[in-house]
Amino acid sequence: MPADSILLKFTAGEGTADIAAYLRMGGYEAARHAVATLAPESVIDIVEQSGLRGKGGAGFPTGRKWKFIPKGAPVKYIVVNGDEAEPCTFKDHLLLERAPHLLVEGIILAAYAVGARKAYVYVRREGYRARERLREAVAAAYAHDFLGRGIFGKEMDLEVVVHSGAGAYIAGEESALLESLEGKRAMPRARPPFPAVVGLYGKPTVINNVETLSHLPAVIRLGPEAYRALGPPALFSVSGHVRRPGVYERPLGTPMRELIAAAGGLRQGRRFKAAFPGGSSSAILTAAHLDVPMDYEPLRAAGSMLGSASLIVMDDTACIVRAAARAVGFYKEESCGKCTPCREGTVWLSQIFDRILGGRGRMEDLDLLAHISKGLTNGACFCLLGESVPPSLDASLRHFRHEYEYHIRTGRCDVEDGLAATVAVGA
Amino acid sequence: MPLLRDEARDEIRRLPDRYEQRQSALIPALFVAQREVGWLPPEALREVGDLLNLPTSEVVAVASFYRFFFLEPPGKHLVLLCTNLACLLNGAETLRRHLEERLAVAAGQTTADGQFTFRESECLAACDLAPMMMVDRERYGPLTPAQVDEILERHRAR
Repeated sequence: MPADSILLKFTAGEGTADIAAYLRMGGYEAARHAVATLAPESVIDIVEQSGLRGKGGAGFPTGRKWKFIPKGAPVKYIVVNGDEAEPCTFKDHLLLERAPHLLVEGIILAAYAVGARKAYVYVRREGYRARERLREAVAAAYAHDFLGRGIFGKEMDLEVVVHSGAGAYIAGEESALLESLEGKRAMPRARPPFPAVVGLYGKPTVINNVETLSHLPAVIRLGPEAYRALGPPALFSVSGHVRRPGVYERPLGTPMRELIAAAGGLRQGRRFKAAFPGGSSSAILTAAHLDVPMDYEPLRAAGSMLGSASLIVMDDTACIVRAAARAVGFYKEESCGKCTPCREGTVWLSQIFDRILGGRGRMEDLDLLAHISKGLTNGACFCLLGESVPPSLDASLRHFRHEYEYHIRTGRCDVEDGLAATVAVGA
Repeated sequence: MPLLRDEARDEIRRLPDRYEQRQSALIPALFVAQREVGWLPPEALREVGDLLNLPTSEVVAVASFYRFFFLEPPGKHLVLLCTNLACLLNGAETLRRHLEERLAVAAGQTTADGQFTFRESECLAACDLAPMMMVDRERYGPLTPAQVDEILERHRAR
């Protein structure tokens, strides 16, 4: 944790789930200050100038998102996306479990900025502890008059409802989340209209990720310039083949190499092979990219994306074909079934992977993989879920084609064979 | 004679208060019914629909979409083994084979004694624990096969 941490200092040690601990660290002062002294428009301007972008994966500028909310609308909603289910992303759960008041204070700031009086927090079903801590935090905030009627003695009312998901990755897609919150199957909606105009129950709705809103107290406390000067700060979920997998707070733009070092480095005697920089929806990068800044534009230029800033590290014991197959299998499992390319394409891809990994692959399967993958691009899919398949699959075929060919030619895994050879030599 | 007790029926009737539209209470209501009965038999789905004034077809559509609604009776405990990337890279495959052998069922099935329903799971947002599993509401990891056995026994005793 860096000395100027704005988020993880609230999760360190005992954490700040207890409101007394949060208040001791200056908690709710940013919300009090904003509600008492700033105009709602000023809050939106500060957030826009801070450069804060959505942390759920899409990276849309938060202030600009808020500006789409029509000013005169009588009813508006804040919806918090706590569905965190992008493979190997675990920062929101950490915040909810150990520092839930950051989110509650962030909700107050967002609601004040756009003029909402009700907020729903959607937490995925498996987040039992996260939901429990958040419910306790919300109850404590009510008891302190930070929520409810006449917040901070001002004419501001705000109600927060914690809602449980029921098990579906697609519910993390913002329009599908609204469907789920309305009690329906979580299938994405056509856009436009965007949720900012026609959202929950047809009303203007701000949908922000847990981490995004948890940044807001620091944005207000520090002001846009000082906040930006910290990077701006970001939470990186680092997992896979590192010695200390975990959530690390570092400036946006920190290279992969430094994040791996922060996470304890690789295991003894192992070499870096590849990584997903932003969850399984992001194109796999190789050792040539270790010094690319982990930021939106540099990663895009490198052919990948920051996504949810979830770095999945693979060393030389990882079979890329198996990893790519597992990523495809995830989207097959989670496809909502609404559009054909995603529903059928992911099944076809998985069948081909089963064939290759089962030693029954054919060389022409590689063209078939690429062809089906292409069929999921260029707007063929209804939402981003289907479109999330091609980047990592295509990158695996581009950078590691020889591994696929070895599987097909020999019916075995070149990585396993290589490791067996190493052991034999070592013995 | 309804399947759901009066208390559960009252709880479900109050759920829509928190939402602008009644149907938002459907998912919470299905969890109440499931807590009461242990799973969601057709009669429970019909009763939830009646209480919220929703057609049974809509209730079934929603209940069958999400993976934490059980349309068949599950085991007493739910074992979710994460096999997504971080866990896969750290040995989830070994744990999967171990669990299948220990429980004598394939992923997706319930043990003969009705104690455990075993599922492979997508990422459970606890990658610092990889390889990990969840039993009921508890997360465990990083796991060895021996620890898996110990955890199963602890839950079996509950």
